Amino acid sequence: MTLPYGKKLLEHFKHPHNVGVIKDADAKATEGSPACGDIVTLYLKVDEKTHKIKDIKFESYGCASNIATASVITDLVKGKTIEEAKAITWKKAADELGGLPPIKMHCSVLAVDTLRSAILNYEEIHGLIKDKKPTSRNEILDRIKHVMNPIRGEDIVKTGTVQDVIFEKGNVTVLLNLEEDNQFAANISEEIIEQLQSIWDIKKINIKFTI
Amino acid sequence: MDYIYLDNATITKLHKEVINKMITIIENKYALATSQFSHTMGLESKEAYEEARNIIARSIGAESENIIFTSGSTESNNLAIKGYAKASKGGNHLITTSVSERSVLNSMKTLKKEGFDITVLAVDSSGRIKPEELEKVINANTILISFELANHEVGTIENYRSIVNIAKKHNIAIHMDASYGYLEIPINVNELCVDLITLTAHRIHGPSGIGALYIKKGTDIKKLMDGGFNEMNLRAGNESIPLAVGFGRAVELFDKEMDVLHTAKLKKLLISQLNDKIKHISINGDPDNSLNNLLNVTFHKVEGESVALHFDMEGIEVITGSACFSKSLEPSYVLMALYNDHERAHGSITFSFSRYNTKNEILKTADVAKIIVDKLMEISPLKEKK
Repeated sequence: MTLPYGKKLLEHFKHPHNVGVIKDADAKATEGSPACGDIVTLYLKVDEKTHKIKDIKFESYGCASNIATASVITDLVKGKTIEEAKAITWKKAADELGGLPPIKMHCSVLAVDTLRSAILNYEEIHGLIKDKKPTSRNEILDRIKHVMNPIRGEDIVKTGTVQDVIFEKGNVTVLLNLEEDNQFAANISEEIIEQLQSIWDIKKINIKFTI
Repeated sequence: MDYIYLDNATITKLHKEVINKMITIIENKYALATSQFSHTMGLESKEAYEEARNIIARSIGAESENIIFTSGSTESNNLAIKGYAKASKGGNHLITTSVSERSVLNSMKTLKKEGFDITVLAVDSSGRIKPEELEKVINANTILISFELANHEVGTIENYRSIVNIAKKHNIAIHMDASYGYLEIPINVNELCVDLITLTAHRIHGPSGIGALYIKKGTDIKKLMDGGFNEMNLRAGNESIPLAVGFGRAVELFDKEMDVLHTAKLKKLLISQLNDKIKHISINGDPDNSLNNLLNVTFHKVEGESVALHFDMEGIEVITGSACFSKSLEPSYVLMALYNDHERAHGSITFSFSRYNTKNEILKTADVAKIIVDKLMEISPLKEKK
């Protein structure tokens, strides 16, 4: 049998860990949308003194990789402090599952992003966040690095898919080294927008294809 | 594992008699006739090849000289659309629909880059062309309308007669992609005035890698591939005698009882079973007038790739219109065109049947579907919270 998924991933898919809702959660976050095809919701219970994650549960509307990465992340962060949890990367989650097909790397990014959003939500609720600073071009680039090149399984900045990013007066223009009718053009554009639209001082996102 | 194969709309299992006939040809008729004055072995192969052509021609009421063999529906569609457009001495406007097969849509895109004027018509929520919309976009430069006899994803049968009538009123040529619906829906070119028809073998228990294009007498087509003068100088390259003969045999073996009425019963049974067992489902397309062997269903609030993978782990082979399953990471463009609803596209599963499926397989499929949907619904953030 030659399914594209490893044994560990399939095990998490068949029997996901820490599934469900925490009714009295200290924080929660949902990332993704039906438009992007995957949605993950994470619930956290955090020890107020130690900032350790006491309990975590997830719900997923998504494919096998999505369910499995969300499941493995809940295992990875349980018992960790929120600072330790923030340091977990999508690559770590993918490695923990024995790797993901390149085209599925974005699923592990979504799971990690949801974890970070849930932690941010906790920090906001508990007054651990300082004032909003204007977003820099580098911070935008960092967000774009969460978009995967589906062929290579690495982020689109690293693979040179992003030619340039221009950020002026709330307008972001992302120049892509792609043809408009590239097989993945629509998907990559949607994912970039998904990454950037929640940044507070971005008003408009333009995606341009340079080939 | 004994598989329950429910992906017959993608490709069907070869009929045993087709295999036997092809083996005989592979073993014995391997010579090619490079000229009508070729050696005897070549001429014998040619005879078997022409017999296959004749069977396919007769299946749509055509003459042998109107049929050319291709490598399948993709090539037939490319040749029909680009070949017709490039041979045209009149206008430069072509029309198709947003739910046509990719080989049609992408051929149109290529023509657009070359300067042709292309209209991609929106369809109604069953997947059919709206005749009044078609009338609106036709202009003096329109040369070709290309549509599917039945939709490749939801199986909706097009109101093909009314489309043909509109086209003829305006003296516009018709390309009908009949790669879905061929033989199930009887077509006779003597009474249905169509100029180009795409046919394929692999959905009627014939071999993959062979299709045909019907070209009405007097229709100008420019060839796309340079080489010899094969296939009435429209398609260069060696003829595949085994594939063509296998195609012909599959057409001969088509049986209304087994290939239409039996699959219709299975489809009806699965619809009623799923409706009984699962709460949130929608049948996509037009359940009342669609192909008998194809059922496209959305299981709401759960994602299709997960559903398909669970089915696969139980030995049931189905496909989904979910983005996670596609080569472009985009959801089914057909379902998006029909409903403009991502969730409906992502949760869609295509079940497609053949003469080899049984009632028990369908009952098992419905039972497994219930277990899968319950399991995924349990972890879905979209479920109704208690």
